[in-house]
Amino acid sequence: MDEKKIALRKFVLENYLFTEDEGALKDDDSFLDNGILDSMGVLELISFLEEELSTSVEGDEVTPDNLDSINKVLAFIETRSH
Amino acid sequence: MKSGRLLQDDLTLAYRAHPEKIVAIVEGKEFSYADLFKESQNIAKHLFDRGFQRGDRGAIFIENSWNVLTSIYGVLYAGGVFLIINHLTKQDKLAYILQDSEASFLLSDTMVSRHFIPAVEQNSCLREIIYAGDLIEPFGSIPLTRFDDLHFGASSEDASLFSDSINLDLAALIYTSGSTGDPKGVMMTHQSMVFTSDSLVEYLRLDAESRIMCFLPFAFDYSLYQILMTVRLGASIVIGKSFAFPSQIFEQLRKSGATVFPGVPTVYSTLINMYEKTPFTLPTVTRLSNTAAALPAKYIAMLKKIFPNALIFTMYGLTECKRVCYLEPELIDTHATSVGKAIPGTEVMVLDQDMNPVAANQEGTLYVRGAHVMRGYWKKPEQTKQMLVANIFPGEFILCAQDRFVMDGDGFLYFKGRSDDIIKARGEKVSPVEVENALYSISGVREAAVIGVPDPFEGEYVKAFVSLEPGSDLSSRQLRQRCIAVLESFMVPKEVVIMDELPKTDSNKVTKRDLS
Repeated sequence: MDEKKIALRKFVLENYLFTEDEGALKDDDSFLDNGILDSMGVLELISFLEEELSTSVEGDEVTPDNLDSINKVLAFIETRSH
Repeated sequence: MKSGRLLQDDLTLAYRAHPEKIVAIVEGKEFSYADLFKESQNIAKHLFDRGFQRGDRGAIFIENSWNVLTSIYGVLYAGGVFLIINHLTKQDKLAYILQDSEASFLLSDTMVSRHFIPAVEQNSCLREIIYAGDLIEPFGSIPLTRFDDLHFGASSEDASLFSDSINLDLAALIYTSGSTGDPKGVMMTHQSMVFTSDSLVEYLRLDAESRIMCFLPFAFDYSLYQILMTVRLGASIVIGKSFAFPSQIFEQLRKSGATVFPGVPTVYSTLINMYEKTPFTLPTVTRLSNTAAALPAKYIAMLKKIFPNALIFTMYGLTECKRVCYLEPELIDTHATSVGKAIPGTEVMVLDQDMNPVAANQEGTLYVRGAHVMRGYWKKPEQTKQMLVANIFPGEFILCAQDRFVMDGDGFLYFKGRSDDIIKARGEKVSPVEVENALYSISGVREAAVIGVPDPFEGEYVKAFVSLEPGSDLSSRQLRQRCIAVLESFMVPKEVVIMDELPKTDSNKVTKRDLS
């Protein structure tokens, strides 16, 4: 598994699901629909992306398409690194 | 004007007057008053056919969506009492509320079935589950019906078929956390909810052209009343699920031309943060409101930039009467720290411990009088007695708001603090006792104490202090993990401090003031 994916999954599992059980979070689980992140959680996720994964997020990029699951966040990071 | 109006009469009237007018926009999809009337009637007829009796409770456990609206009016048309349970509620609390309310029907969604299936298995009153979403395989003996399978083609003549309720009948139970830990159902009658809707519409200066943006959970009465006001006026409501992705809300707002924006301080601080990075405006909004916690005066200048055409309403209320007071928007600059005066048709008093009025500018406890005051807490007479006070007005109960206030010489109210322990984290009510109970339920925990810590962004955040049984090696993270299994996310302590011993008085009571 890609380093970024490992770090991202760990961040979400530890801070919002309070578990290390990888089975608790599927890569395409919607954060919103599953109540995993609320508005504070999204802001904390953005800080994490900026500080730990060197990916900045502009205001108008804070959308479910970009950030609403592990897979979507990884895809967003990919587009920003080119 | 019909006498003794029921909440659902507003929908019937709106449907007859303008059936094709849009009542709701949900993720871009438009629904008309005809849609709302007919689908609610379908639900009501189904409930009626399945033995739902006048006064029975219908529990709604769905995220913000169209089905919440049809369920509310469906239960009302069947002569019932609706209760909306926050979709983030976990199994144990859900089971408690279902049992406490003795709901006979649950209206829900497959997306939260992992919480309601185990909750229902413990329940003895539920007769049926009506749900939206993917097919659920039968479990236990409870009948399952899908919303999509309800088709009876009701017409406007059917509206009076199902119930002979009067306005003194209960319309809703609004569950709220309290200092004692278990949630309580605030009993609201048709009379009080109709009165309150009218009062709100009056002071907010709304009309049939209003488009209300609503993204806070409908389980919160602030959001619920956006629906009730919309239908009262024959206006429109734009429904979002959450403020987690603000630009999604802005897009909905812009596309729909929403004119009313009800928020809470965490929403406004998020908006201000965004504005400071990249300025933007929301010019269609003409009404902005704030409640749940005090709106910091320093936000107001920034909010005027983001919402250049909006009147700003700061307000205060409690679930037990829905709303107490509001500040006329023209006074926002001169009275930025006040929450204004009593809502139309009601009055307030600031009293001392002997129930005598205090002098101007002196602190006392707030009491509220008006038709908006609750009937009491559902099946909790002792706790009701603490809130509803007799003997001031003959034969009448007035509401003790439990909060400390000052009224100045001109009659303006200023909130001074709570007299209970309730924490307001991110605008949400958190009962320390509920969190402590969750911690105590973890084996290995010996003592637990939960407090609120002031935070510039969140208002307060939840902090827990725990001491462990000898031999237990639980970590803070494990304790938080156990909490999230039983508590809504906003109740989980942000910090858990493990101590050898919690500070106590001589009589062995934990002294919270020694914790910070």
